[in-house]
Amino acid sequence: MKKHTLTLNVDNQPGVLARIVGLISGRGYNIETLNVGPTQNPEVSRMTMQVPGDDRVLEQVTRQLAKLVDVRSVIDLTKRNFVNRELLLIKVAAPRECRSEIIELVGLFDGKIIAVHNAEMVLQVAGDKDKLHALLALLEPMGILDLVRTGVIAIENESCNRGADDE
Amino acid sequence: MRTGAQCIIDGLQQAGVDRIFGIPGGTVLDIFALLYHAPVGFVLARHEQGAVHMADGYARASGKTGACIVTSGPGATNAVTGLATANMDGVPLVCIAGQVPSSMIGNDAFQEADTTGITRGITKHNYLVRDVDDLPRVMCEAFRLASEGKPGPVLIDVPKDIQRAQTDVVCDGKTGIRGAKPLPDCNPGIEALADALNRARKPVLFVGGGVIAGDASAELLAVAHKARIPVTTTLMGLGAFPETDPLSLRMLGMHGSVAANRAVSACDLLVSVGARFDDRVTGKIDEFAPHAVIAHIDIDPSAISKSVAVRIPVVGHVKTVLTRLLERLEPVTQREWINEIAAWQEAYPFSYEVENGKLASQYVVESIYHATRGAATIVTDVGQHQMWAAHHYKYTQPRSFISSGGLGTMGFGLPAAIGAQFACPDRTVVLIAGDGSIQMNFQELVVAVEHRLPINVVVLNNGHLGMVRQWQEMFYSREYSATRLGQGERGKNERIVPGDKDVYLPDFVKLAEAHGAAAMRVHTPDALPSALRDAIATDGPVLVECMVKPDENVYPMVPPGASLTEMVHSMA
Ligand SMILES: Cc1ncc(C[n+]2csc(CCOP(=O)(O)OP(=O)(O)O)c2C)c(N)n1
Repeated sequence: MKKHTLTLNVDNQPGVLARIVGLISGRGYNIETLNVGPTQNPEVSRMTMQVPGDDRVLEQVTRQLAKLVDVRSVIDLTKRNFVNRELLLIKVAAPRECRSEIIELVGLFDGKIIAVHNAEMVLQVAGDKDKLHALLALLEPMGILDLVRTGVIAIENESCNRGADDE
Repeated sequence: MRTGAQCIIDGLQQAGVDRIFGIPGGTVLDIFALLYHAPVGFVLARHEQGAVHMADGYARASGKTGACIVTSGPGATNAVTGLATANMDGVPLVCIAGQVPSSMIGNDAFQEADTTGITRGITKHNYLVRDVDDLPRVMCEAFRLASEGKPGPVLIDVPKDIQRAQTDVVCDGKTGIRGAKPLPDCNPGIEALADALNRARKPVLFVGGGVIAGDASAELLAVAHKARIPVTTTLMGLGAFPETDPLSLRMLGMHGSVAANRAVSACDLLVSVGARFDDRVTGKIDEFAPHAVIAHIDIDPSAISKSVAVRIPVVGHVKTVLTRLLERLEPVTQREWINEIAAWQEAYPFSYEVENGKLASQYVVESIYHATRGAATIVTDVGQHQMWAAHHYKYTQPRSFISSGGLGTMGFGLPAAIGAQFACPDRTVVLIAGDGSIQMNFQELVVAVEHRLPINVVVLNNGHLGMVRQWQEMFYSREYSATRLGQGERGKNERIVPGDKDVYLPDFVKLAEAHGAAAMRVHTPDALPSALRDAIATDGPVLVECMVKPDENVYPMVPPGASLTEMVHSMA
């Protein structure tokens, strides 16, 4: 099933998230990643979510989302030119003898070492899905102790006309 | 400074509400204290579901937004079926619900329920008011949202402390109010549609409740007449186009007319006008209108291509769209297609078997048609009688047929009829109910008595949950599991204590009388016309119980999952 990346500007109000999630999960669709954050406008939050599903159903879901009073705009980025990024925080086992290898990897992947302890390190890496996937595959054998991902955020690469309801 | 409760009363008045339906309780006492002195009329229902259906019937009959008020917890949960019913049929309502004080929300306080959570999926929008300063705006916005765009119910959950808190905020009805989203420019769609209509040889207009909600019946009639296009309606669309017009194909779908279903199956252009391609209408979706280009006019962009792929979408106000379409239509005087259809209309009218001396449900509906000269507001419950009410009464005016189409809510009829009569005091209102459905909100009859509403309640007593019985007869090997309402021949599993086999409970005549209404029982066809005349002439509610045949089926019928061309006309 194709993965759709939806981006929404929504009113920053209680209950909005439940309404949006309810609309999607009520149809038996799984939200794979979800990210919500503030925008420059304090009244508006930005949501990005990835939902696998067939095109026709997602088109329908997108229209129904657009109908919600709290939703100012919704775009299925999948049809457009967009970039997406995800931030990953990861704690790996880092005994003395592995440290240099980890440091090298983090450098290769444009990451950062946030903390070093006796036998562990906390790393931060941002990137698209493929990049994070590749890094995780390399770190796996060393022992991943904990892992958190922000979920994908995405933005259109170049602006095109997005309609009147877009503030 | 005003209290939150005062803001609610003022909001109702600002919205032009002249009557509100409901039941009081602990968390709405502050509002009721003010209602006691307010010019807004209050109607005390006997169950919150009844209150919401009354507001719903009021809205459907008048086109105005209905209003109702319920208390927290059980009051709100009782209102749920009413809200879901209105939501499915796009009826504008505002429901005020009390809530436990803000500080107690989430503590399982007495009479607490997560009302906004429960109603989120069955309202157009809902609010939990957390700051009294928001309340004036929320009141304005709720009424606007309920009626703008595709109408629907809006619920406002107001904690008790918010009702008592003071605010100096006023709402001018404009600032910060969200309303319907702007619609895209529909002109290109109209051009394409006009083009297609001007070229089509076999067009059909497929009309839904959107034409009634959008007040576009006159425009529809003009379009149909100008280009001589036959018109079929959904259940919700009954009354949008006069069924006495030769171009009327009557209703389509599972229990649609032969002419309508054949026309849809043979047409080369099908134009939905505010109809949403419900599964009860389309039959097997892959074989729906197989030869047609499909066009769809709707105010709701999400309705387009929901179940059927639409080639020519037109998103806009149906009244505006039809007006502009009319200008672009070439007049047609002769159409071969009309003759083809006329043959079907002629050969297959809605009909039924007449058995001497026996009272048939269809005959009862027909008699109501004659007794009211086709000019009544007909309200129905849900079941076979609902379909017969659609078949054997010809609707010629919008808002003259009121029925729970989308949700199919038994128990809708009586309170909705009460609401409709409040909205239209001068019209004859006839409720056509089944003996099963009427038991689901019978208690509301006292409201009709108290307000001396001249509603006519016709109960078609077939002793069964007839529509379900019909499915059991046709598709479940005639095993009548739990569909008999009389005492005789009940399934063993029901284990009722064998009593007098002929007893039917309740005695509807006595029951109506116990509620203070007049009542009569009719056994034969001969006795019916005068009984109906008397009922209609009576001031105040009358219940007419008609002892109809117990095992009649609704025909024609498209079996579930079959295509519209596979119509069954009898149990051969
Ligand atoms: C609240 C509710 N419960 C159950 C049903 C399922 N149902 C649909 S029609 C029907 C039978 C209705 O019986 P009655 O009101 O006597 O009408 P009839 O079909 O006999 O005309 C039932 C049980 C429903 N539509 N609504």
